[in-house]
Amino acid sequence: MATDYDIRLEITYSYEAPAGSSRTLLRMLPLSNAVQQLISGRVSTDPDPDFRRDGADFFGNATSEIAHDRPLTEIAFRFAGRVRRSGGMPGLDLSTDLGRLGEEIAAIRGIGPQVPHHFLGASERIRHEPRIAAFAGALVAPDMSALAATRAIAHELHERFEFDPEATEVTTPPIAAFEARRGVCQDISHVTIAALRAVGIPAGYVSGFLRTRPPPGQPRLEGADAMHAWVRAWCGAETGWIEIDPTNDLLVGTDHVAVAIGRDYADVAPVRGSLRSEGTHTTSHKVDVIPCAGRSG
Amino acid sequence: MNATDHAPDDLAAALLQGYQPPSGVADELLQPDGRVRPVWQPLIDLLAGQTPDELAQRFARGDQHLHDTGVYYRQHSSGGSTLRDWPLSHIPVMIAAEEWQRLSEGLIQRADLLEHVMADLYGPGDLVADGLLPAELVARNPEWLRPIVGMRPRSGHFLHFLAFEVGRSPDGSWLVLGDRTQAPSGSGFALENRMATTRVFPDLFPNANVRRLAGFFRAFRDAMNGLRGESASRVAILTPGQHTDTYFEHAYIARYLGFLLLECEDLKAEQGRLTVRTIDGPQPVSVLWRRLDSRFADPLELDESSALGTPGMVAALRAQELTMLNCLGSGVLEARAMMAFLPRICERLTGQPLKIPNIATWWCGQTAERGFVYDNLQRMMIGRALSTDLPFEVDALTALGGDFRGSAQKPIGDWLETDGANLVGQEAVTLSTTPAMIGTDLVPRPALIRVFLARTPEGWTVMPGGYARIGRTEDPTALSMKNGGSVADVWVVSDAPVIAESLSLRQDGPFVRRLPGVLPSRAADNLYWLGRYVERAEARVRELRAYHLRLEEVGHREMPLIDHLERYLEGFGVDPDEPVPMAVLELFDAAQGCAGKVRDRFSTDGWHALTDLAFTARGMFNRVRPGDEAARRMTELLRKLAGFAGLVHDNMFRFAGWRFLTMGRALERADQMLSALAALTDPAAPPGSLDVAIEVGDSVMTHRRRYPMASGCNTVIDLLALDADNPRSVLFQLDVLREQEAMLTRTREGGAMSDLARRILLVHTDLSVAAPDAMTPARLLETRGAIRDISVALTARYLS
Repeated sequence: MATDYDIRLEITYSYEAPAGSSRTLLRMLPLSNAVQQLISGRVSTDPDPDFRRDGADFFGNATSEIAHDRPLTEIAFRFAGRVRRSGGMPGLDLSTDLGRLGEEIAAIRGIGPQVPHHFLGASERIRHEPRIAAFAGALVAPDMSALAATRAIAHELHERFEFDPEATEVTTPPIAAFEARRGVCQDISHVTIAALRAVGIPAGYVSGFLRTRPPPGQPRLEGADAMHAWVRAWCGAETGWIEIDPTNDLLVGTDHVAVAIGRDYADVAPVRGSLRSEGTHTTSHKVDVIPCAGRSG
Repeated sequence: MNATDHAPDDLAAALLQGYQPPSGVADELLQPDGRVRPVWQPLIDLLAGQTPDELAQRFARGDQHLHDTGVYYRQHSSGGSTLRDWPLSHIPVMIAAEEWQRLSEGLIQRADLLEHVMADLYGPGDLVADGLLPAELVARNPEWLRPIVGMRPRSGHFLHFLAFEVGRSPDGSWLVLGDRTQAPSGSGFALENRMATTRVFPDLFPNANVRRLAGFFRAFRDAMNGLRGESASRVAILTPGQHTDTYFEHAYIARYLGFLLLECEDLKAEQGRLTVRTIDGPQPVSVLWRRLDSRFADPLELDESSALGTPGMVAALRAQELTMLNCLGSGVLEARAMMAFLPRICERLTGQPLKIPNIATWWCGQTAERGFVYDNLQRMMIGRALSTDLPFEVDALTALGGDFRGSAQKPIGDWLETDGANLVGQEAVTLSTTPAMIGTDLVPRPALIRVFLARTPEGWTVMPGGYARIGRTEDPTALSMKNGGSVADVWVVSDAPVIAESLSLRQDGPFVRRLPGVLPSRAADNLYWLGRYVERAEARVRELRAYHLRLEEVGHREMPLIDHLERYLEGFGVDPDEPVPMAVLELFDAAQGCAGKVRDRFSTDGWHALTDLAFTARGMFNRVRPGDEAARRMTELLRKLAGFAGLVHDNMFRFAGWRFLTMGRALERADQMLSALAALTDPAAPPGSLDVAIEVGDSVMTHRRRYPMASGCNTVIDLLALDADNPRSVLFQLDVLREQEAMLTRTREGGAMSDLARRILLVHTDLSVAAPDAMTPARLLETRGAIRDISVALTARYLS
């Protein structure tokens, strides 16, 4: 079972006063891994950069380093391409009991990008938060499987949060969103990660796209989708990494296309930049995720 | 030997009478049998022969040197940060050369080991895979920087400059207490300690066979120059800036070694190279001695909130466009918990044990080790595993001998059990003591020595001497300066005479004049604004003096001229009700702020003069009565301002930075004079305004002599705007600007006149041919606009 998607992403910055020379790091190219494959497509900028160097970061995400030497009033970063997403049926829960997860983690000798060790401690955007830890601790028990615990935490946070794009900003700390009980996918994912780490489950952040289905009888609005974020959790040596979408309270399936993975948003931000500008700027995002006709199923 | 060469033994005995090292510790001065170690004998003999007054005079010479050099450190506390005098302990620590040699060999072994560990942590990761290092200690270490993983340093090495904190344990053997790999500080301070201490003992030092420090710095400087690759590029020291606690050292060592001192904002990652923005355009930099913590170095790939970084720095390193000393990510080695594993790693990698052991350390993330720590709480210091602080730098979350330092916590057993992975236990060793002079008594105090190592093409070289820290009390936790500790020089003493070295090698062959260095745009900008702020402050002070003199004359404010002056001052944000207004204090602060950012390019005397000005002005705030007293205080400030101007004019070398300082002053003086003239020569201005203008223009005598009959608008404007011989006139400032601009342009491509030069010439010509009566207030203000456009053009051309 596989689905092909035509995906377009455009992030535009407009400056009140022309911004001087800038350097930007992009993570906009979808991942290729066991369940998804980039068939075609590339990342581009408008205007063309004066310098560009493509590479990959520690976690294997594709990066493009971009420099513009002249002042700009507007700059657009784009990805357009096709991704094939495949997915298996969810199997039996063979994940490790929470009480034994620590031993299995400790037994892994390695510091490569896939090992769970990176995803337990504090990261740039996610600190240890006692209140989130207490919240998570009350939901789990040592004899629960790691997967069951992950689902329970994601479910409770889904119930707790009201989706509200006005309530938070891209820099809102997880604890503030947790207390406000409001936010967007980034906030819910950050809080879920904090909660999972607090009970000993290694957890990371995934940025990507979610296929959205228009309400019945209505046309799909072009560019109306947004980038999405969800969570990956390490559920034991046997199960490895699973992905869960706390915003929608479901395990990730073929509707999700991943772009980058990391410890939190700071590791995966699609645009990390340094634009020196005197005035204010505005940002706009446009996303289209369109299943290709005839390929689904 | 003649007996009179020695101080009488009874004097020495008197000196040492009160010197009683605590039992169970080693002492630097005394052998276990209580006799003075031979290496100390000459110093003890000298000290014993001194009267308290003679000794005080010696110490004062050392302190005077530190003061004259301007050595300070910045101390951060909850209430902000302050600059502190350098706390020198005047008695050096004496170490025999043979012993130093053994210590050096051990530290070189350790430096090689650390290089190996770092290359592995950012490379294959074998140490973790082989079980020699727990994965989570690496993965959770905030100084293990993932963007550096896979990087191959251009020089072939990650580490080039290291420091080790060493102490002596009770049995007399050396012990490493801390690895300083991030961006070790103290080598410049060690130099300053040496300079000061040789002034305390000028009679002893030259013949005491003390090994010199200069050779170490020369070797490291040459090594850095050798790392440049293409010869046209430069070596620079990268500093976080003046707000860091060791900025003095950065500026000092940059000057000492002749390297540029840069901040990240001076640098730009360009296609295929790193450049520094200078007044002559971008210049390549290929070697950076980093004094900034790694994670702040690049907001694109490292800490995104860093305002200090250079975007693209990591990528430039990855592309081998520069060599960084040390490579980013080197702080990973400093974590206390590493010490629990380094002994075994050393044996596994080299087949040899560590020649100098490090302090015994147990990581409490391991069951057996945790149990051992719990069973031996009485001789443990328990602290955070990933902390880079020294064992003795305790905080509230440190347990010493089974008790917390901070407020009550849960039982230590529970703490170890629930948080073990974040904790280490370290053996609570007692450091050796060394003599310090407290009052007139020689007393034993705990000591810790920081030893510096630099990589050269021939391998590691060790600075023969070091930076000792001396405890305030016998408690070793009082070692740090912020806890009142002091610092001392370390003398490595040979049996045979040593070579007196200096930084420069003997000049053989023809004399070569070194070309002047480049001037970074930021430094030029700070010097330019230093000039402007000082001049602006002077204008305000002159106006305030005139105002308070009038106030004193009339005794009350019901007078049009007083109102006029008040409104004028208010236009500059000055509150005339404050005799020494806050707005003026802020100008002095701003000037000092600019000078503080260019300490490497600004004379110590100039800095002292400026500090004195700001300090004096601040001391007057709220303490001065309006009228006569305020006027006299303003005169005092003007005298100090003249002193500063004199230093700048008579003592500063005419390098490009001086030209920017001078242009800043000239431009501001023209601007202020035009503003004052427009307000005071206006036909609607109240009577007496012209006299104020002449006073503010500091031209009372000249005016009286030149125009003995009567003063009028035209004579005032002629003298203060159009007279090319009056150093206060506007035209004179344009002359200065023209001359300095021409000198700056000299080295640049000839041909077309720059926008800046054209603007200066236009105003200059305009004023040269103008008749006084044509200079109406409107015309004066128009000229003021043109002056401001010159500043904009100057900024665009050189400073941005």
